[in-house]
Amino acid sequence: MDKEDDLNIAVCVKHIPDPNLPGEMEGERLKREGVQGVLDPGDEFGVEAGLQLKEAHGGEVTLVSMGPATAMEAVRRGLSMGADKGVLVTDENLAGADALTTARVLAAAITKAGEFDLVIAGVESTDGYTGTMPSTLAEFLSLPQLTFVKKIEGAEGSIKIDRQTTDGYHVVESPLPALITVTAGVNEPRYASFKGIMAAKKKPVEQWSLADLELSGDDVKVNQNIANIAKATERKAGEVVEDDGSGAARIADFLKEAKVI
Amino acid sequence: MSKVWVFAEIHDGGVDSSALEILAKARELGDAEAVALGPGATDAAKELGEHGATTVFASDDEVYSDYVAQPAAEALHQLVQQHSPDLVLFATNYDSRDIAGRLSAKTGSTLMSNVSEILDVDTAQTQVFGGSTLVDVKLEGSPKLVLVRPKSFEASPAGGSAEVVPVTVEIADELKKAKRVERHVEETSGPKLEEAPVVISGGRGLQEPGNFELLDQLAQTIGNTAVGATRAVVDSGWVPYAMQIGQTGTTVKPNVYLAFGISGATQHIVGMKGAKKIVAINKDEEAPIFQIADLGIVGDVLKILPQLIDEVKSRKG
Repeated sequence: MDKEDDLNIAVCVKHIPDPNLPGEMEGERLKREGVQGVLDPGDEFGVEAGLQLKEAHGGEVTLVSMGPATAMEAVRRGLSMGADKGVLVTDENLAGADALTTARVLAAAITKAGEFDLVIAGVESTDGYTGTMPSTLAEFLSLPQLTFVKKIEGAEGSIKIDRQTTDGYHVVESPLPALITVTAGVNEPRYASFKGIMAAKKKPVEQWSLADLELSGDDVKVNQNIANIAKATERKAGEVVEDDGSGAARIADFLKEAKVI
Repeated sequence: MSKVWVFAEIHDGGVDSSALEILAKARELGDAEAVALGPGATDAAKELGEHGATTVFASDDEVYSDYVAQPAAEALHQLVQQHSPDLVLFATNYDSRDIAGRLSAKTGSTLMSNVSEILDVDTAQTQVFGGSTLVDVKLEGSPKLVLVRPKSFEASPAGGSAEVVPVTVEIADELKKAKRVERHVEETSGPKLEEAPVVISGGRGLQEPGNFELLDQLAQTIGNTAVGATRAVVDSGWVPYAMQIGQTGTTVKPNVYLAFGISGATQHIVGMKGAKKIVAINKDEEAPIFQIADLGIVGDVLKILPQLIDEVKSRKG
């Protein structure tokens, strides 16, 4: 361990309500308590990216998460995939935290957890979809950011990646330390093996409160106030028909009527 | 009068169309001003002015196109400190999302994402649960920061002209790290996803990546048609992220949207429910996509697709 080119990697992971279940509101927030949760599928790509870099260069993968105590499930999931250790920040003052607060807390946790060459996050969470937390985190950590990564080309001393654009991609290179966000398709996340699940139970995890990070309730006050919630005008359902062999013709007629053919 | 800023992305010397959309809203809310950074910014001021910007803060410095996010976030922060806008609006594009996220940390303002309407300079609206519920949120911070979903507003030239104010921010070397060293454009034969009058989109129901070729064939047969996908198949690595239609990824508002093998997850519906007409094929008659489709066919998409290609060919003569 601790060779020159070892990569010390932090991966941000989030525990989210199972995206395959319909969402529920609890007052003004997405209901989280008592809802079956999973490791955000988008974060599995981040964990996998961290593991592959560690396997190629040596080093260590630390998972960093924020959420209720149940969020430790997501950390365990990442550990069973092969990460080395985990940190969960949990505090009742964090309920309803927005992206800015989340970034501030994760920045403090990452700083306390060690010195990292690389911080990895998913492009966006599968429940909140803001997609801004990693950039805010990068700013708090004073790190350059290489976002929307669809391929990691190398991480020898500097990191070189392919960054998705609307009409292709850019190759972006940065000295380390840096923060990257990975899109789906950057890799194929591994399944946790039975051995991995058993090993994960013995891996070190820590649970920190805001006080452990020397943050107070004032640092994390929720800034978004809901002024109103209303039902949108719904689109009306049209005709739904069973395909009896004429489905294709029906669609073609529809296209003709809409004047697109 | 409130001062409303629009961060205008510059690509290949031109203004991204999303900035013009947002300017239409900004000038309703107050005095609209724009910030444009990167080669072509000064020339772009004319178009921004025509769309309602009274002032354009512009720099043609390559540092803003060469390096990801950090220089632009720094310049924008300095401008914000000097000129104190009430509200800064960004489009939900790759670069703007990055820059807005960093500015949020610098200013300590909460960044409100996924906004589809701005009610006044203090209140923005977002849609949740596939757009079935509208949530109005009071914005906090100074300035207030908002990321607007593309196509939320319609661009309309107002015929004005902008005063150009050159931006002369010194960018420290420590902010020149993540450098674009190569730029690749992937040639696509059809129109752009966000501009195409017809969009065909595929989901898990297509069963395997190879079947996306059928969508390409249909797109070519119809003509002027783009192909997109759900997050589920993008996550499975079948097609690149650039093809993702939904809450994140691309928002489309075509004349006709063809949803093939798509169940209609919330994440997807938000990105396409603005289509004028929606046609869906799914084997499950309970699929939520049928609740918003103008024509829904319950059946096997892989059986219907080749038939549809033939039917379209015969109707086009």
